[in-house]
Amino acid sequence: MNNLSELYQEVILDHNKSPRNFKKIQNATQTIDGFNPLCGDHYTIHFEIRDGKIIDIGFEGSGCAISKASASLMTIAVKGQSIETAKSLFQKMHEIFIGKNKNIDFDELGSLASLSGVSEFPARVKCASLPWHTLNNALIGKKENITTE
Amino acid sequence: MIEENINTKFDVIKIREDFPILRTAVRGKQLVYFDNAATTQKPQQVIDAISKFYHFQNANIHRGVHELSEIATFEYEKSRGKVKLFINAKSSHEIIFTHGATEAINLVASSFGDLFIKENDEIIISTMEHHSNIVPWQILCQKKNAKLKIIPINDDGEIIFEEFEKLISEKTKLISIVHASNSLGTINPIEKIIEIAHQKGIFVLIDGSQSSAHLKIDVQKYDCDFFVFSGHKLYAPTGIGVLYGKESILEKLPPYQTGGDMISSVTFEKTTFNSLPFKFEAGTPNIEGAIGLGSAIDYLQLKNINEIASYENEILNYATEKILNVDGIKIIGTAKNKTAILSFDLKNIHPHDVATILDKEGIATRSGHHCTQPVMQRFGIPATTRASFSFYNTFEEVDIFINALKKVIEIFR
Repeated sequence: MNNLSELYQEVILDHNKSPRNFKKIQNATQTIDGFNPLCGDHYTIHFEIRDGKIIDIGFEGSGCAISKASASLMTIAVKGQSIETAKSLFQKMHEIFIGKNKNIDFDELGSLASLSGVSEFPARVKCASLPWHTLNNALIGKKENITTE
Repeated sequence: MIEENINTKFDVIKIREDFPILRTAVRGKQLVYFDNAATTQKPQQVIDAISKFYHFQNANIHRGVHELSEIATFEYEKSRGKVKLFINAKSSHEIIFTHGATEAINLVASSFGDLFIKENDEIIISTMEHHSNIVPWQILCQKKNAKLKIIPINDDGEIIFEEFEKLISEKTKLISIVHASNSLGTINPIEKIIEIAHQKGIFVLIDGSQSSAHLKIDVQKYDCDFFVFSGHKLYAPTGIGVLYGKESILEKLPPYQTGGDMISSVTFEKTTFNSLPFKFEAGTPNIEGAIGLGSAIDYLQLKNINEIASYENEILNYATEKILNVDGIKIIGTAKNKTAILSFDLKNIHPHDVATILDKEGIATRSGHHCTQPVMQRFGIPATTRASFSFYNTFEEVDIFINALKKVIEIFR
């Protein structure tokens, strides 16, 4: 059960139970859907992006514990950040999920590091990365919804 | 642990010896394979038949005058004969080999659809259909400007018969319905449906993907016009399936795909098509698949299908009873008449999380919408976890599964 406790860490279970920024936001400039058609995970993420900065972010929808916790942690991490910082965080997290970066800087990532366990579960990588790909679309100004299959 | 009413005649230990993969460990645990509705494991007899084909019999079938081609043709056609007996068709001309049930339905949608479906005609399917028995009809209806009507289901996952009868009209040309649902387990009253349909001259296709390994199939008794199933859900390899159609109907239908083997003569001016069943088998078929299917049927015929069914029912009943004691469980699919499929929702825990944790315990289940999204919409859930049983599963495996479910709840508590 060792890997399993790494996948389902307390932080993940907590964010699954009580996701943060789990709401529609007031002044959204963009709203993008992300879904895994095979799983049925489906999130709508609202962004307020002005002057190169993520002013506010909120999400709605449903899915597994991994995708929901990932979305919740992501909103905390990128709220108030510049587009450039968020983009590089997306890149970093993407590499962690697919197991390309195994040297996790726990101090730098904080709670986000709890998502690193997913790299040991290939079938679940798409769950963790779904909200991040949706974020990336918003950052690069793409309007299309995201599917990760 | 074991209930008193178990079938002691049924020697599951001996049966398990026939399936080498059941001795495999996964994730460091003894494999508990509860994903039989997705695909079944293969007995040594089937593996050996395929191996024997490539060791001693491999050649292309039909037309070859050399001995190996004769042997391969003989074995391939012998399998067709076995399928005929297995589903009790009138003639082996009525057995068309396909890639699987999906291709068989697509064949009917294309060939039957071409000839019989006109503008404003109606096709009836049910809410519990697999996507493979929805999409081909949707596309056909778009093409022909015909209408697709859907039989609703009740909270137990059974079709609402009165509603079905109301859907039938003068314009109904075809009813295409699943024999046993892959996501709910429901066994549909197909004989009653066929009887009503035939009174009004409506054709009926039965999707037997989930029933053919678990029930005695008799297409003449059902009197269905088409019956389809996949080999790999019947202990045979993937990539082989069957379309049964009444000879009188198949004779009339245009070919599905064209090319070699399905012709009797070709000039640049005109092509004459081959007779049944070859008219529908263009190109070199899946010969090893057909032989594997024949061998799987031999294997099943050695057992008694009624004994298999009754043992699988006992496993289902045992698992159902045990799972109801698990906190927050809701079984999706509680029809009176079910195959050995147990789909469930665990309160506040997503099926993918459930399946990941079960997997760590060596238990293979499936989580998702099982290619039946309308069923999920009907029950207002995104997905279920599904345990589907075969006659090689044991009561002890069910206990392991139930204990693992308790672990899932502990983690998420």
